[in-house]
This record gives sequence, structure tokens and C-alpha cells, in this order.
Amino acid sequence: MILFRLKALIIKEILTLVRDPRNRIVLIVPPLAQLLVFSFASTLEVKNNSLAIWNQDNGAHAAELIQRFQQMGAFAEVQFVHDRKAFDQSIDRQHALVAVRIPSDFSAQLRRNDSPAIQVIGDGRRSNSGQIALAYLNEVVRDFNATLNPERPLPGTVTRHWFNPNLHYMWFIVPSLVAILTTVMAMVITALSVARERELGTFDQLMVSPLTPAYILAGKAIPAFLITMLEASAIIAIGVFLIGVPFTGSITLLYLTMAAYILALVGVGLFISSLCATQQQAILGVFGFVLPAVLLSGYASPVDNMPAWLATTTEINPLRHFLVIAKGLFLKDMTPAMVWSHTWPLLLIAFSTLSAANWIFRRKFG
Amino acid sequence: MSSFSLFSPRRLKALVVKESLQISRDPSSILIAFILPLVLLFIFGYGISLDSDRLPVGLVQQSNSAEAHDLAASLRGSTYMEVTTAKDIRELKPLLTGGILRGIVVIPSDFQQKLLHPDDRTEAVQIITDGSEPQLATFVETYVNGSFRIWLESAYQQEIAAAPVVTVEPRFRYNVAVRSRNFLVPGSLAVIMTVVGALLTALVVAREWERGTMEALLASPVSRIELILGKIIPYFILGMVSFLFCSLVAVLVYQVPLRGSIFALILSGSLFLLTALGMGLSISAAARDQFVAAQIALNAAFLPALILSGFIFEIKSMPLWIQGLTYIIPARYFVTCLQTIFQAGDIWPLLLPNLALLTLMAAIFLGLTALKMVRRLDA
Repeated sequence: MILFRLKALIIKEILTLVRDPRNRIVLIVPPLAQLLVFSFASTLEVKNNSLAIWNQDNGAHAAELIQRFQQMGAFAEVQFVHDRKAFDQSIDRQHALVAVRIPSDFSAQLRRNDSPAIQVIGDGRRSNSGQIALAYLNEVVRDFNATLNPERPLPGTVTRHWFNPNLHYMWFIVPSLVAILTTVMAMVITALSVARERELGTFDQLMVSPLTPAYILAGKAIPAFLITMLEASAIIAIGVFLIGVPFTGSITLLYLTMAAYILALVGVGLFISSLCATQQQAILGVFGFVLPAVLLSGYASPVDNMPAWLATTTEINPLRHFLVIAKGLFLKDMTPAMVWSHTWPLLLIAFSTLSAANWIFRRKFG
Repeated sequence: MSSFSLFSPRRLKALVVKESLQISRDPSSILIAFILPLVLLFIFGYGISLDSDRLPVGLVQQSNSAEAHDLAASLRGSTYMEVTTAKDIRELKPLLTGGILRGIVVIPSDFQQKLLHPDDRTEAVQIITDGSEPQLATFVETYVNGSFRIWLESAYQQEIAAAPVVTVEPRFRYNVAVRSRNFLVPGSLAVIMTVVGALLTALVVAREWERGTMEALLASPVSRIELILGKIIPYFILGMVSFLFCSLVAVLVYQVPLRGSIFALILSGSLFLLTALGMGLSISAAARDQFVAAQIALNAAFLPALILSGFIFEIKSMPLWIQGLTYIIPARYFVTCLQTIFQAGDIWPLLLPNLALLTLMAAIFLGLTALKMVRRLDA
């Protein structure tokens, strides 16, 4: 009997979410559109940028070096400036990301077997891209130096990038977006669901029905779980088949851990919902969870770079764990043991948030 | 007939008072304007860092030569890496897969021979990285190469001195110490204010529709312009106080230099805030349903401002069609303004075009709100 009632509640809940065409659109279109836009937008490579060159030297060596700079993929445009003012302005006004000055005795020094220096100025407001561009410039200068001394090459290194040989940034972004977009969706569905009913007064009707608070919670949790699982599957399918990110691990393992992750999200969402009286408060709760979760997940910047105490605190962030699993299963064929070490924290989070939500519900309405 | 005019200061004042009362009675507005920005600033100040200085790297030393020991010691001495040593690469591979190491350096058994024979020299040392973290993989490569070159310079002094080489003298203008916090914190203000603006206003019109109070307003002689101004003025004041509060925290707590003028800061801040509030209000007026408005606000505010504003990812590196898309992200203009005002100063030739575009976006969003704020029930 009780299962029959639960089924009715689940059907009612799914209908509220998908019957209104505008609801349907905001549930389906944004995640898929964001997947396409963000996976192409997120790149830490530097390309198509502008380089300013102030060449004070008329020699052949300078011309040769400049020609090498012009062939770099990082810079689609090379602007030549002829005085200090224009040189400084190219950076100030962000006409160029990096500016290079070749001193007047550059070629003469090389002819004398001396070692001249070129000055490279980066834009400190964009010092991250600046540093990357600088690394590219250094490489070009190194190649140039090798041509100066062809008979005695200096010992070098060879690098192999495992799991992602060409360092496609997209291979890193797509598994991350699977996790992030799933998070946003699950949170909005669950956190607003109870607040909306309370604001509209329909929650009282549920309360006077024979269902206990635990069943009402389950009635909210199960539809959200199913819809999010479905949507996550669509994102994964687009990532693998349309965008072409390899999937090397076990798909069963991915679905099992994804279920644990979405359960944790639903728990957090219902916990927020149980605390909020209005939708305004609930959406604040959603932002209050989603923003720190995304920013401290290792997506925007690696967890390795955080101070140790903060890196430890991120252990309670479910997104951080699922991000490791998603990237691990997409790219690294992670073993079940490694996956499990990030799955049990998810189960723990799901268990504690769901129990907390249930407890608050019972106290408030039971 | 004055009560039927399009604009009456008395009616506007009444609306502003009503909205302000609503703000002060719901603690969530104060949370949105002050507590959330503080938490986010804290996260951007401490949690987001593009400076990798403790990269965990594995070292496999297969050669027992003096040179190999010397190089290994030099790598262990690097302040940028934490080196774990192993005899066999098979011990380290699972650690790389598990994400515990970000790279492995192999000094091969024939290291000494390779150093002696110029033909093989290019592969004297092997670097393996975790490509699933492309940014860290690049850093591992750069750091190991750097350490290797420093070691070479001391080991091969004579040979290097004999040959002419071009050296690069790098210098950063404005952010001389290359502290990523100096550009991340001003940029993050744009993301934070986008979120604050959207959160403050995204639900305020939809709420009135859903609760039925909009009908009461429509039955009154209130005009469309009064309705919009009545929503904007209180939230604009709240938002500006929040923005100046955040700027103060950035300068005092995070020690980000403010080289530009307060005037430029307030000008760009208020233009941006009008855009952000306009965006929230137009979402709210168009949706008329808090669930839909919340979904749109969440999707339109946070992630686009984070990813498409040029705050973390360089816009010029994006494909052309996405570069086109970034022009409709207001945070894009604000990020440029803030980074310049904080770190460089009032460079008006750069600021003016961005401010002009912000004004245009504010006008578009507010116009859209006016269009969607139809004074009819069945629209």
C-alpha cells in the first residue's frame, strides 16, 4: 500500500518537472548547450594572440629570430613598434600579450661570439597567459641557439604525456563538465522542490496525506535521481560520441559511482530544502553549495596548488571526489580499488545529508 | 489627474520603501550581499591558485654514474617539486594513475653514454607526465627541464661558455612578482558581482507573479517605469555597498594593489551592477515562475562569468564562434576594467571602450525588462 502511494508521489513529482514546456526547456537545453560551449572555451593554451616587437638592431641574426617568432602558433599577429612609448603602450592598452625588445648590438654581439640578451615584457594583468607565452618564446630561442652551435648540441630531455598524449585540454574539460553540470542540475531540482511546495501551500496537503516524512523525502529524491542520471547519460554520450573524448575505463564502474555521487547531491539538495522556507532562500542555498563546490573541486585550478589545510578541507566536497573518478575512468582506466577510495566518501556524504534532511523534516512536520 | 501620470515621485518612493522593507525582513538578501561575497573572495583568494610550487614528481634513477647521482640530487633540491624516489618505474605507475604523482622523471641506465655522444643527447632524460591534468603536465615538463638546464650549466660550464647563446630577460609589467592572486582577486570581483546581482533580482518579479501580489500592483496606478525603478534602486544601493565592501577586503585583506582611482572603480562598478541587475530582472520578468527563473539565473550567471569572461581562460585562444559569444557576457568587460584599475591604473584608452559596451548592455537588459514587464495578466 505504502509503495503504491510512493509511486503516485513519484509520478506526480516527475509530472511537475516535465509537464510545463518552459520547465522542460530549462532542464534540458542549458546543460547540453553549456557542455558544447564550455568544452571549446576552456583552454589554457595561448594561441591567436598578439606579439609586439621593437627591433633596434638591423642585423641578420635579429631578422632570423623575428622570423621564427612570426611563425609561432601562439601569435597570429606581430606588431612592430619603433620607440619606447609605443612599446610600453602595446602592453598598457592590451594590444599585445607580450612585447619583445631586441637591443641594437644584438647581431654584433653574436658575431663576436658573445651572448646577447633580449628583453621580454609580459602583461601582469594576464600573467598566467603571459607565462605560458613566455615558455613558448623560450622554446623558440632555444631552437635558435641550437642553430648557432649545430656541431655540439647540448643534452636534452624527451617528454611523454600519458593518458592524453597531445595534452588536449578538452579531454580534461569534458569529464569535468559531466560532473559539474550534473551537480547544478541535481541541486536545482531537489533544493527548490520542497521550498516551492511550501511557498505555494501544497506542502501542507502532502503533510495531511497518510505518507510519513521519510516517504515524502523519498518521493522527492527518487525522481530527481532518475532525471539527473538520464541527463548525465546524455552529457556522457555527447562527450564521447560527438566531441570525441576517449573513454578507457569501465562503464559499469562509472554508473555505480555516478549513482553514489548523485545520491550525495540529492542528499545535499534535500538538506538545503529542509532548512528553507522560501525559494529565494533555497536558491541562495544552491549557490552557497555549488559555487564553493565547483571552485574548490580541482576544475578551476588544481587541488595540488591549494594550501595544505584547504586541500584537506576539500575532502568533504563530493564534486572533488567525483571529478577524480570521472577523469580517472574517462582517461586513465582507473582500477576499482582507486575508484573505491573516492566512492566511500560519496556514500558517507549521501548517508549523512539524507539522514539530516529526514531528521529535520520529522522535527518540523512529523 | 496627477495620480494617472506616468511618473510620480511619491509612488516611486512608496515602492522603494516596500521593496526595502522586503529586503530587510528576509535575511537572505543580507546573506547574498555580504556573506556570500566574503566566502567567495576567501575561496578565490586562497583556493584558486595558478602557481604550482609543490608538484609531486616520481624519480627513477636507473644509472649509477656520478652524473646521474648529481642530477638526482639537483632535482630533489628543486623548490617547485616534491620528489619521490623509486628503483623501478612499475612502482610509480599506479601512483600516476591514482593522481598521487603528477609526473615521473627517468634517468636511463645509459645516461652517461648519452651525455658523451652528441647524437643521442636529445633524449638524455625522459619525462612522463599525467596528461589528464594538462596544466600540471606542462608545469612538470617546464620545471624538470629547468632543473636539468641548471644542472647542465654547472656541469658543462666550459662547453657552454665557448658557444654564444641568446638569453631571455623576462619581466612582467604591473604584476612584477607574478602573484596569481593579484589578477585572480580583481577578476573574481566580476564573477562575484554577477552572482550577487543575479541572485538579488532573479526572483523578485517572478515571486510577485507566483504569490499573486503582482495583480495587486497592476490594479494600482503604478506605471511600468516606476515598477522597474522601484525594483532597481534598493538593490542597486545594496549591490554598490556590497561591491565597495568587497573591493575594500581585496585591498586590505588580500593586499591587492589598487593603482587606479576610486572614481574609475565606482564608475565601472555601477555600470556593471546596472547590467547585472538588469539581467536578473529581465530573467525574472520573463520567467514569471521562480523555479524557471532560478534555473536560468544559475545557468546564465555563474559558469559563463567564470569561463567566458577571460578571467581564467584567455578569450583570444578560444574558437572564433565562442569569442563572438563572449561579447554578450557583461563580466568580460568588467574583468578587463577591474584588472586594469587594480593593477595598472586609469588607462582610459583601454577602459572607455569597455565602459561604453557595459552601458550598452545595461541599456539592453533594462529595456528588455521594461518590455517583459507587461502590465497585463494574460501575457
